Amino acid sequence: MEITNDVLKDLHYRMIRIRFFEEAAGKLFENSEMPGFIHLYTGEEAVAAGVCAALRPDDQVGSTHRGHGHLIGKGGDLPKMMAELMGKATGYCNGKGGSMHICDLELNMLGANGIVGAGAPIAVGAAFANKYRGNDTVAVVFFGDGATNIGAFHEAANMAAALQLPAVFVCENNEYGEYTPRHKTMAIDDVVDRAAGYGMPGVIVDGMDAVAVYEAATQAVARARAGHGPSFIEAKTYRYYNHHGVQIMGFKYRTDEEVDSWKARDCIDAMERDLVAQAVMTQDEIDAIRAEVQQAVDEAVEFGRDSPYPELDEMLTDVYTIAAN
Amino acid sequence: MTVTETDNALRQKTYLGAFNEALHQIMAEDPDVFCAGEDVGASGGVFGSFGGLQAKYGELRSVDTPISEQAIIGLGIGAAVAGLRPVVDLMFMDFIMVAMDQIANQAAKLKYMFGGKTTLPLTITTNAGAGLSAAAQHSQSLEAMLAHVPGLKVVMPSNSYDAKGLLIASIRDDNPVIYAKQKTLFGAKGPCPEEMFEVPLGVANTSRPGTDVTIVTYGRMVGESLKAASILSEEGVDVEVIDLRTLQPMDSEAIVASVKRTNRCVVVHEAVRFAGMGAEIAAQIQEEAFDYLDAPIGRIAAPFAPVPFSPGLEGGYVPDAKRIAEGVRAAVSRNS
Repeated sequence: MEITNDVLKDLHYRMIRIRFFEEAAGKLFENSEMPGFIHLYTGEEAVAAGVCAALRPDDQVGSTHRGHGHLIGKGGDLPKMMAELMGKATGYCNGKGGSMHICDLELNMLGANGIVGAGAPIAVGAAFANKYRGNDTVAVVFFGDGATNIGAFHEAANMAAALQLPAVFVCENNEYGEYTPRHKTMAIDDVVDRAAGYGMPGVIVDGMDAVAVYEAATQAVARARAGHGPSFIEAKTYRYYNHHGVQIMGFKYRTDEEVDSWKARDCIDAMERDLVAQAVMTQDEIDAIRAEVQQAVDEAVEFGRDSPYPELDEMLTDVYTIAAN
Repeated sequence: MTVTETDNALRQKTYLGAFNEALHQIMAEDPDVFCAGEDVGASGGVFGSFGGLQAKYGELRSVDTPISEQAIIGLGIGAAVAGLRPVVDLMFMDFIMVAMDQIANQAAKLKYMFGGKTTLPLTITTNAGAGLSAAAQHSQSLEAMLAHVPGLKVVMPSNSYDAKGLLIASIRDDNPVIYAKQKTLFGAKGPCPEEMFEVPLGVANTSRPGTDVTIVTYGRMVGESLKAASILSEEGVDVEVIDLRTLQPMDSEAIVASVKRTNRCVVVHEAVRFAGMGAEIAAQIQEEAFDYLDAPIGRIAAPFAPVPFSPGLEGGYVPDAKRIAEGVRAAVSRNS
């Protein structure tokens, strides 16, 4: 499959936006400027960027507790995201959702989710709506390796296959379910082995390679769009920071050698080397993009800091939809 | 609009027939409404609730799903967020427990967590209650658990008229509604107009006006309470029966207004007594009408045990007119 220079630049841009946003969010969290829990996407950028670049704006994305990357991949607004993470009234969810529930339904990003595996049945429901309406919109379901051990995930995958729904299941296999290594929680080496049990085609891709992810996603999305049902992508990737927070847990569950070996294959570093080597971008152009995104992230942080918390009377709004009659 | 048991000018329809008719009519009216669940499609549902829909509307609007309660609710949530108006069925109310994450953590909270940026027009239908010797996993009344969760609405119709009108109102509502039919009422006939109509959610019905004591109840216990009221009227006790129809939102105003007139109250439900709806209702009455009470508020409900299988045990488990009458006598015999 031929990848245009525009697509390569687009993949790089999406990854940089995610990386810089997450780095800034991590710092704010460590400085206690960000309340609650934060699950950083750093290290896994190639997956969200590669998949989302293969989507149309009307395609839906179901997300996870580690969802910032999915929203940015879909084109999320950085100031609204940062404000939401800080619990501010100007955030995507008016400060009522936070990191674990951030969403933009106008971008068809159906929301991060605080319950592991729970986003899958909901995204499958969106896929059903696409089939029901007879359009060719596709719903993507992001989930981690750990989510494939929970019942809701299996139910959703089986139902999507049984009803032949236009869905793409994207496993972000970062080798850890919270702080427990994957090999201790499942007796298979490749998560994608499970796809056969649902009757879905499945592929493994290098989740540190945005181009490889983009190619696999493009094929899976085309298959779903054509009405041939769901498929499964296992992207092997790695989480640079802890399950929650940055490095706050104070215990070792991975070796430095392991972390370093993945960072040596960093998705952004590798892509920037390739972009220069293939003369797609010059280093100056890359630096200019980096500076532009950094400025946008800095402005998002300032927007979040300057925004007010919601008023107390917001407590009871939006519990229910009130009929307008 | 409300009806009473004696309003025979209207057409008679069974409780289950009224439910089914409402589905046929609303699916004809609104192309965004579809039904999905275990056996909902080709077989029309285990009790026939969804009969005739697939033949008329096809497999995409009358969907047979895997036995996957979490994914059934998720199917409804995702489709509702995407703008459809799903009716998803969980065959027995007990099965709600299998899907509680999708119901209580997802459907109930998405609107709030998203800062209001979605609606969730999802109706979850199910079948509640004991009386069929279906034992402890196919007989429960779990409404209190659901009514406790902000974001959900909970509906339990007691008669054919409400079965139809509440279902139409539930499906047209933009919030997740759990609509629990009562299995033992399926064949019960009652007045029910043929045309479409809504019974608004959150509005109680005075099933029987009275002056001496108020019974607050809902679902299957409305019929038993009316029987108890007949028994007691022969003893000179004039009982008012309030049918809540909707437990969330609850028509607290109707309860309080009635108790302020009768000064005595007994709450009746089929669910277990401990932490049941009766506890909430009694608390609201003492908050709003303490000075009007001439007797402690009574609670007639199931004992704190799983629903037993044997008819010999189950018959004593579910409250009936006799037990309700005893409870009301205790409330009216007490001097203030």
